Amino acid sequence: MGRTILAGQPVVVLAGPLLESPPVIGRDQVSRVARLAALKLDEDEIERMRTDLGEILDHVEQISELDLAGVEPTSHVVDLMNVLRPDLPRPSSPREKMLDCAPEPFDDSFRVPSTQAEP
Amino acid sequence: MGASASELEAVIGLEIHVQLATRTKMFCGCELSFGDEPNVHTCPICLAHPGVLPVPNEQAIRYALQIGLALECEIAPWSIFHRKNYFYPDSPKAYQISQYDIPICGAGRLGDVRIHRAHLEEDAAKMVHVGESGRIHGSGASLVDFNRGGTPLVEIVTEPDLRGAAEAAEWARLLRETVRQLGVSDVNMEEGSLRVDANVSVRPAGSEELGTKTELKNMNSFRFLQRGIEAELARQRELVESGGSVTQETLHFDPASGTLTPLRSKEEAHDYRYFPEPDLVPLAPTEEMLREAREALPELPAARISRYEGMGLAGDVALTLATDPETADYFENTVKAADGIEPRVVANWVTGELAAALRQAEVSGGASGSKVSPKSLADLVRLVQEKKISHGSGKTVLAKLVEEGGDPAAIVDREGLAQISGDDGELAAIVEQAMADNPDAVEKIREGNGKAIGAIVGAVMRETKGRADGGEVNRLIRERL
Repeated sequence: MGRTILAGQPVVVLAGPLLESPPVIGRDQVSRVARLAALKLDEDEIERMRTDLGEILDHVEQISELDLAGVEPTSHVVDLMNVLRPDLPRPSSPREKMLDCAPEPFDDSFRVPSTQAEP
Repeated sequence: MGASASELEAVIGLEIHVQLATRTKMFCGCELSFGDEPNVHTCPICLAHPGVLPVPNEQAIRYALQIGLALECEIAPWSIFHRKNYFYPDSPKAYQISQYDIPICGAGRLGDVRIHRAHLEEDAAKMVHVGESGRIHGSGASLVDFNRGGTPLVEIVTEPDLRGAAEAAEWARLLRETVRQLGVSDVNMEEGSLRVDANVSVRPAGSEELGTKTELKNMNSFRFLQRGIEAELARQRELVESGGSVTQETLHFDPASGTLTPLRSKEEAHDYRYFPEPDLVPLAPTEEMLREAREALPELPAARISRYEGMGLAGDVALTLATDPETADYFENTVKAADGIEPRVVANWVTGELAAALRQAEVSGGASGSKVSPKSLADLVRLVQEKKISHGSGKTVLAKLVEEGGDPAAIVDREGLAQISGDDGELAAIVEQAMADNPDAVEKIREGNGKAIGAIVGAVMRETKGRADGGEVNRLIRERL
């Protein structure tokens, strides 16, 4: 499922002028992936990622050299189906203990920066 | 475009989220609740602590299959869960476990509307927004209550087959009634256990192409659903008519003002990067699971409506009964007891006179819980049909039955309600007297004023205490003009 990493965007791997040059992806693509992953990258990091991600995609791209006609995409590596649990309640965790994990609990709730931008 | 409003056709599709009434959450054993203190139903799984593993609730799968079967969906022989990635505090994992390209339920139909798909997913947590002026000092903050987070949901997506706001609301009511009768959800729109979003667009009538749609959210009643769609259709029509074009966006309905406001664009930037959920194995409904789900299906409203219409009932009466299965069963038992009387007549008594009598006497619990047995209602209807008593006397007897139950024929005897017929001369005599007492009315009828007959009929009814048949009285008067 390598292609879903950049869903909706065709991946363009730009080959360098020399054969030895590592594959590189566009700066825009790196910025986009970073934004979707809520990561802040500085200029150096973006440059590094262009190469790193390019190499990873290039590596995955090798799969396309194989003849995979008729091979079902694999969604899971273990050969199991229908692993389910009965609808029986189990005790929830103590609230204080769960809220201890939050940086700023307030009013028995998890406090987060305001998400309310709508009027 | 210059198209006039009348030439623009509405194209509406609905997305319905149904909270399943399981005991526990979708992927962990925390109990479901509504209105409890915040964050008392959480655990490391639904709070997404590192290293935990979700395990699907088998009852939720069963309920999803029941919904799929009720909507005549193709059940996928094999389906998988996907991660839908987004950052928002209502989702502690930073993704929602949902289904993407292989949902558990595929194409189906309810009434005239095609179902595109129905899939399983988990609900988000509840956010409480506290502004700067609120109780939290300093900058504005939001509070998260994870009790709801992880509640099993089935999302039902229709094809864009609806052509108007009222039609959309009516269909949504049928869907809610269907899901309610399955017993798989509380379907309470105010509490959010049923949530309806609408995709709305317009296009030139007759066109096959779809216009640009907007998505309407937060309409927590059928009335608001209809009003929201109406408002949005009006806006789009005006826009297109004046040469503009619709922008794809999500609009939030404000019930207080009845207006639609665009959500900020950041939330719009949907790029969910779905990928198969590696923590969950595929779901492949077995023959046994399917059989169990099928056996749990009651007769659903759409099926009842068409069966009742086949029995000769009017559409609105069939609908009234289909949305109230207990009364519908009562109706069917009465039809059986009223051997030979048209079901249409029985249905009118059940949904008309009996419903009114129960309301009048403030009896709750419906016909099936009342003192009027199907047998006694059937006997009463027969007395009226055979003109042993008048329709008005029938209502009097019904009021007694509601109060004390019993045998209608005995009540008729006791109360002296047997119909006075014209044949034995008694009714004819009363009619003649009434005509003699109202010469003005008689004159008016002769002059062609048909309404004037009411005065004479009224006098006869007073004299007979309602025991005369209205049609019979009319005939006797006209014979004597």
